[in-house]
Amino acid sequence: MNEPINGRFGAHGGQYIPETLMNAVIELENAYEKYKNDEEFQRELTELLNEYAGRPSRLYYAEKMTKDLGGAKIYLKREDLNHTGAHKINNVLGQALLAKKMGKTRLIAETGAGQHGVATATAAALLGMECVVFMGKEDTERQALNVYRMRLLGAEVIPVTTGTATLKDAVSEAMREWTKRIDDTHYCLGSVMGPHPFPMIVRDFQAVISKEIKEQMLAKEGRLPDAVLACVGGGSNAIGAFYHFIEDKEVRLIGCEAAGRGIDTYETAATIATGRTGIFHGMKSYFCQDEYGQIAPVYSISAGLDYPGIGPEHAWLHDIGRAEYVAVTDEQAVEAFEYLSRTEGIIPAIESAHAVAYAMKLAPEMGTDKILVINISGRGDKDCAAIARYRGEDIHE
Amino acid sequence: MSKIQAVFEKGKAFIPFITCGDPDLETTKKLVISMAENGADIIELGIPFSDPTAEGPVIQGANIRALSHGVTTDQVFGMVKELRACIETPLVFMTYANVVFSYGTERFVRQMAECGMDGLILPDVPFEEKHEFLDVCDLYGIDFISLVAPTSENRMIKIAKEARGFLYVVSSLGVTGTRSEIKTDLQGMINTIKSANPDLPCAIGFGISTPEQVEKMSRIADGAIVGSAIVKLIGKYGTESVGPVSDFVKDMKAAQSV
Repeated sequence: MNEPINGRFGAHGGQYIPETLMNAVIELENAYEKYKNDEEFQRELTELLNEYAGRPSRLYYAEKMTKDLGGAKIYLKREDLNHTGAHKINNVLGQALLAKKMGKTRLIAETGAGQHGVATATAAALLGMECVVFMGKEDTERQALNVYRMRLLGAEVIPVTTGTATLKDAVSEAMREWTKRIDDTHYCLGSVMGPHPFPMIVRDFQAVISKEIKEQMLAKEGRLPDAVLACVGGGSNAIGAFYHFIEDKEVRLIGCEAAGRGIDTYETAATIATGRTGIFHGMKSYFCQDEYGQIAPVYSISAGLDYPGIGPEHAWLHDIGRAEYVAVTDEQAVEAFEYLSRTEGIIPAIESAHAVAYAMKLAPEMGTDKILVINISGRGDKDCAAIARYRGEDIHE
Repeated sequence: MSKIQAVFEKGKAFIPFITCGDPDLETTKKLVISMAENGADIIELGIPFSDPTAEGPVIQGANIRALSHGVTTDQVFGMVKELRACIETPLVFMTYANVVFSYGTERFVRQMAECGMDGLILPDVPFEEKHEFLDVCDLYGIDFISLVAPTSENRMIKIAKEARGFLYVVSSLGVTGTRSEIKTDLQGMINTIKSANPDLPCAIGFGISTPEQVEKMSRIADGAIVGSAIVKLIGKYGTESVGPVSDFVKDMKAAQSV
């Protein structure tokens, strides 16, 4: 299918990292090549995904939402029902198992909203590994409950105060930590970004989402959907939801970026809409940056989408026109967050609400014979206090 | 032979690093001139980047200070042009791939040549990605300088064989910053490098902050690079840092002739 050539998706990707880390990523790639077709490894991983994480996740027909919007039939891929409450666990169980096979005893990770950090801490607890999570100080404040969860699971959480104290700085700090301690440590990257082979490995572990959507859709409707929607920060849940449909050209693939306060403001994180090609965090891709290449201090209400770049495979899918990328504002996302809660009794993560928001616009424009799938990448419990505050209610966890 | 390599013909090289625009470009200019007068053989000039992933807290701080005053790549080029009227010392830029790529790699390197720069170090561009930058540098007579690390192992020979100018030998794991002790088998690394490319000068950097360390490193290698220790002085003394930095450089250079 869509395999990177020399670690690149078209012009994007590559390995722009310090020499100190090169042998580590080469070792990782070799180990991955060895285990990805290893029956024993795949059996163990499938067992973890099914018995521990609760896969396969449901493909739920959102009947009330469909009738209310009056257009395309809407299905929700319920990644929010996974153990730890988001799609992040799919990738983490894969990487943690791989790291363990490689003889690593310690996992480090970055986290934005905290979902990837919680997932990594969970896998570390389960597999008996040490875990250190880097999280922007600002994010530790807006996602305080997740910080407690990680500590409860036995992880050390290090608040990152450098730069804008958000996700990009947490990635930088995790990369710095990895150059300090490589022998026993695996950097469990949470999105389809960073140097090759991470974008490929994370995608492969998330591709279970589109594999299931395809099977479930064929079983329920006897045909493929007309569109698949997912939110995009780095892009792991989106690539997971898109991957097995890339060759099915009739299926529209739509990534929903965080526009923050609007793509015509500086307070945005919509990379495809406002960024240009650059090199950062180990990869060539699109980045929000100024004219001299300084990385922009991006903003979104969603800590998980608050990242100035996008994974290289998405950049490439954009270049060749295979996927569409649209921008959704804080306000639209919050409305969708409230709408899905009220209409279906499902509280989506504020990240996933970006995809719900665009579906609310798109579904009525599509015929009632059309089918649309929204990937609900995570559950929204973690966001309730922040959204309440956004709406002017003084709620604290 | 490039101007950078010619330096090593004359003896051991002392190579200080400072971040341009920290605390301001006028002070940077004075610092460069006085470091050259006090024994610096090659000077590394950092162009500030918002997210310097290979740097420890000290140099990260310098990057933030410089950027908060609005220092740009064009202003740095302007400063180098002025410097070239005063000093001949080889000058090397150290920055991150995006600063160069975003400016337009060819446009950046052409500007470097026009204003009299001699070399370029990009710590986030390893052997596998170097041609994007090296080929343009070769075209304009700029040495694109490679790095080897304690983890390079089997990669050291191919890196050494294709190196330009000098080889930047990273002394230890981790990011830039002072270390009380360096445990890497640097002699073994240098032997491997020299067996692959006997004429290639090697300079050791990362974690060197005292005259004793400079002396020790200079016995093993052809040069020593010192960054964070100097940047720390600049952070402390700001626009008044020329005196303390000059004294520091003088002491470090003197340690090489012990």
